[in-house]
Amino acid sequence: MKIQQLSLFLENRPGHLIEPMQVLAREGVDVRTLSLADTAQFGILRMIVSDWLKASQALQNAGYVVKVNEVLAVEVPDRPGGLAEVLALFQAGSINIEYLYAFPFGRAGKAVIIFRFDKPDEAIERLRKAGVNVVDSVEVYNSGMTA
Amino acid sequence: MTQTRETVETHYHPASAPDYIPTPMLKKLQLERLRAIVQRAYDNVGLFRRQLDERGLAPSDVTCLDDISRLPFTVKHDLRDNYPFGLFASPMQEVVRLHASSGTTGKPIVVAYTAADVKVWTNVMCRTFSAVGVGPSDIVQNAYGYGLFTGGLGAHYGAEGLGATVIPISGGNTDRQIMVMRDFRVTAICSTPSYFLHLTERAAELGIDMRELLVRVGVFGAEPWTDSMRRHLEACSGIKAYDLYGLSEIVGPGVACECYRQDGLHFFEDHFYPEIIDPQTGDTLPQGEEGELVLTTLSKQAMPMIRYRTRDITAFITAPCACGRTHRRMRRISRRSDDMFIIRGVNVFPSQVETALLQVEGTLPHYQIILTRQKGLDEMEVQVEVTAEIFSDKIGALEQFEARLMDSLERVLGIRVAVRLVEPHSIQRSEGKAKRIIDKRNA
Repeated sequence: MKIQQLSLFLENRPGHLIEPMQVLAREGVDVRTLSLADTAQFGILRMIVSDWLKASQALQNAGYVVKVNEVLAVEVPDRPGGLAEVLALFQAGSINIEYLYAFPFGRAGKAVIIFRFDKPDEAIERLRKAGVNVVDSVEVYNSGMTA
Repeated sequence: MTQTRETVETHYHPASAPDYIPTPMLKKLQLERLRAIVQRAYDNVGLFRRQLDERGLAPSDVTCLDDISRLPFTVKHDLRDNYPFGLFASPMQEVVRLHASSGTTGKPIVVAYTAADVKVWTNVMCRTFSAVGVGPSDIVQNAYGYGLFTGGLGAHYGAEGLGATVIPISGGNTDRQIMVMRDFRVTAICSTPSYFLHLTERAAELGIDMRELLVRVGVFGAEPWTDSMRRHLEACSGIKAYDLYGLSEIVGPGVACECYRQDGLHFFEDHFYPEIIDPQTGDTLPQGEEGELVLTTLSKQAMPMIRYRTRDITAFITAPCACGRTHRRMRRISRRSDDMFIIRGVNVFPSQVETALLQVEGTLPHYQIILTRQKGLDEMEVQVEVTAEIFSDKIGALEQFEARLMDSLERVLGIRVAVRLVEPHSIQRSEGKAKRIIDKRNA
């Protein structure tokens, strides 16, 4: 259910994004989706990759500080108001959405959004009860091949 | 005295005998040696003779230790102006060794030793190792640089003179250092504190927990470091980290060192006479007040230094040390008067930055201070490496960390300065003296 997301600290300077990508290329790891959060001075690169363990080790060996967090890939109806309906589930209550970003592969009228919740297990429970599909991790890691 | 007897004896080595001379005898010895060295410098060093003549003084005017304050100072540019051999007091056939400082600007400083000087140097370094509990059964990894720098050979002669096993590995080649430390069952190490920090980090990366190795003592010197750094080094390596002080102009390492109490550095006063002066007026300060350390070599033959201004800021510790040594102590030197820079009218020392950063949990002492000039104003930025411990996938968490660093710096420095988080390993690791300040103000 839960997906392992890798985060990397990068200085906000020209050329700093290419190096981790080259590390992953050498290891034959595919990037499924990514998001770059940036401030004036630094950025945090968040990625879902085909083999997070291999990628994490390779990046750490290359000297990066890597964090692994659990995120959820949530299916959202691909129509106006679709995301709002899912967000409404978390409007009240104790579960916070830290951030979210899109997943490039949707299917049959559904978009997939990566959610970083502060309490992923409780979030899964709430999404399930509301009949919202949380995409299986294996499907996400292999998405490039199946879509 | 009686309660310290046991500890004195367990740390006692015959070479340490002069450390316990009763004070009146020590003073008598110092005066005798001071008078002789002033005479020697007057007879053999042109600069010193001219300076005394200008003041209408003769060597015989030194009749008590306090008379030293009537003598002229020697400063660093005197050594540069007399490059390379102008301040030698021995003919070259009596000189057995030359060393030179790194000389960051222009010509280096050259220093000379006779055979007797090398013996004294060996003796004070033996006493240094002995004071921190290193003995003949220890295996000492000497990671100070060998060469023109005095650190390598100074520590080498001292440890060897004590009968310890010395590994003359010199600085650099970090992975090999770690292999040697483990495989050769090293029990004591000498290096700069910043290089030892680098060693512990690299060991951790290689999956080696330094706390599980046999190394138990580190003798660190050649650059100012703080008590916060000491605590950090001790916690992550499991060793006892001792401060060693010296400068090539005086002898090299071995001018003063901590004893096992880790409470100030004892001067080897039978060979080096310390004073603390007001750096502005040059006046001798009352005991216990902070000022610039001035040193006189009492026995150096090849190159006597009379009242050499070290630029290091410290104070005498007036209480006697529980270790039983009678030689005076100074507080650890964490700043040099020429390290100081002024930001928005406030005096800042690199050591204050280190202290402030290490007060924030999760920070490693990998930092650099960047000075720039913007619109005629000096600006300071502190770059700090992000560690796995503090890194988060959330921007907010990193910004909060930055804010904590800025707050801590503001509390210590009294001004708000910029903090920039940088990638791990992006600040250059030093194998010798760490470069803490990048000054781009005149770039």
